[in-house]
Amino acid sequence: MIEVIDLKKSYGSLEVLRGITITIKEGEKVAIIGPSGSGKSTLLRCLNCLEDPTSGSIIFEGVDIADMRVDINLYRRHMGMVFQQFNLFNNKTVLGNIMLAPVCIALHDLRVKKVKNLFIRIKNLFSRNKTPLYEITKTRQQIIDEARENAMRLLKRIGLEDKADAYPSTLSGGQKQRIAIVRALAMNPKVMLFDEPTSALDPEMVKEVLDLIRQLADEGMTMVIVTHEMGFAREVATRVLFMDEGRIVEENTPQELFSNPQHPRTKEFLSKVL
Amino acid sequence: MGSFGKKIERFWEVFYKYNGYQRVLTGLRNTVYIAVLGLAIGIVIGTIIAIVEVFPKYKRLPRILNRICRLYVGLFRGTPIVVQLLVAYYVVLPLLGLNLPALHVCVIVFGLNSGAYVSEIMRSGILSVDPGQLEAARAVGLSYRVSMMKVVVPQAVKNILPTLGNEFIVLIKETSVVSFVGAADLYVAFNYIGTNSYEFMVPYLVMALIYLVMVMAIAFLVRIMERSLRKSDRSN
Repeated sequence: MIEVIDLKKSYGSLEVLRGITITIKEGEKVAIIGPSGSGKSTLLRCLNCLEDPTSGSIIFEGVDIADMRVDINLYRRHMGMVFQQFNLFNNKTVLGNIMLAPVCIALHDLRVKKVKNLFIRIKNLFSRNKTPLYEITKTRQQIIDEARENAMRLLKRIGLEDKADAYPSTLSGGQKQRIAIVRALAMNPKVMLFDEPTSALDPEMVKEVLDLIRQLADEGMTMVIVTHEMGFAREVATRVLFMDEGRIVEENTPQELFSNPQHPRTKEFLSKVL
Repeated sequence: MGSFGKKIERFWEVFYKYNGYQRVLTGLRNTVYIAVLGLAIGIVIGTIIAIVEVFPKYKRLPRILNRICRLYVGLFRGTPIVVQLLVAYYVVLPLLGLNLPALHVCVIVFGLNSGAYVSEIMRSGILSVDPGQLEAARAVGLSYRVSMMKVVVPQAVKNILPTLGNEFIVLIKETSVVSFVGAADLYVAFNYIGTNSYEFMVPYLVMALIYLVMVMAIAFLVRIMERSLRKSDRSN
């Protein structure tokens, strides 16, 4: 599903990623672990081009999205991203946060179709073989209503439907992060990227967020998780990558990697954190 | 104290009986006119410059535009407004062969000048919004333009509006130099009263009071606005 080929990223003279090649198949749950500054987060942020790779390619659904000519917005819709700092939109209510992207994008598509139809109609006036119009199935209001319904369904799922009209500043960290996850889900992504989703949380809120991620994993969502929660990586991941100094040093199933690390750097790291 | 009473009497005579107050009202109107229109022009120019400055600069055109904007801002912030007025009125206008009334020249110069300052206000207002907000909007697939309009700018406005109020206060005070090119503002009105009553103490004192009252009133409104914006920040 995602294929990363010789990905390199540097900031000025600082090389953060020094040639990463990985393949992520559908349904896989890949955990990326490693010491701070090893390039884990940068790798994850390169996957949806929040950081533009310096070189290399990222093939997502057969398209190289690292190519600057590709309209990245189309592909980002299918990649949900969850940030360490939640990044809920502060100027929107919880419901507004979840609905913003689906509504904006659907309405934009609707407008584009209408404009195109207008041109087709004009063209049809003058030509004998009529071009068919783009089909418009939903009105503006229907799109909004549907998005609201979907958002409420997602909120109900995490038990926060009573917070629909609250602003993010009134929520706890755990609530914010669960809403951030649900906001990403509202786009029906094919893959979810988690960038240290529990690192900014109070210890007592970590569990509720991990439980939600675990649920998603059980439902078969493809995911890539950068995490410091070794226990969680071991339990949920189907594959663990250990990164150090911009390279993938070791990759294996969690059982193998945690109980029987091969590379000396992995051994050293695991002996410190476990 | 007796002489002060006499001074007030003489001021009142010119101010009221000889229609000095009409000049004061005209001056007041011009002052507000220049400040309001100047700020309006400044907001338009400032917005354009701020957009150019925060726009990502991968391509060449935004980079060139950015250079031009930096030059503009540097030029207007690097010289006193009196100098800009004099240059506009006595250098630029004759060179262009134009003949504009002084008041209009003042409005244009104050607009251009405040555009430079407003652009900085807006730029810093936008930059003060957590970059994570833009990232999150981009990550769900919204374009740069939509992300800015729906997420970043509404949050930036909260930082920008109160500071714009302060810019308005600065403009009101700075209009006191327009007499350099012959526009009739408050100073001209009170100077007239002073010259005609051979007495300057009271007129200038009253002028100071009028400026003070205007500025305090605006500051009060800005404070209210600030508070109501903060309120919506906390909860619904």
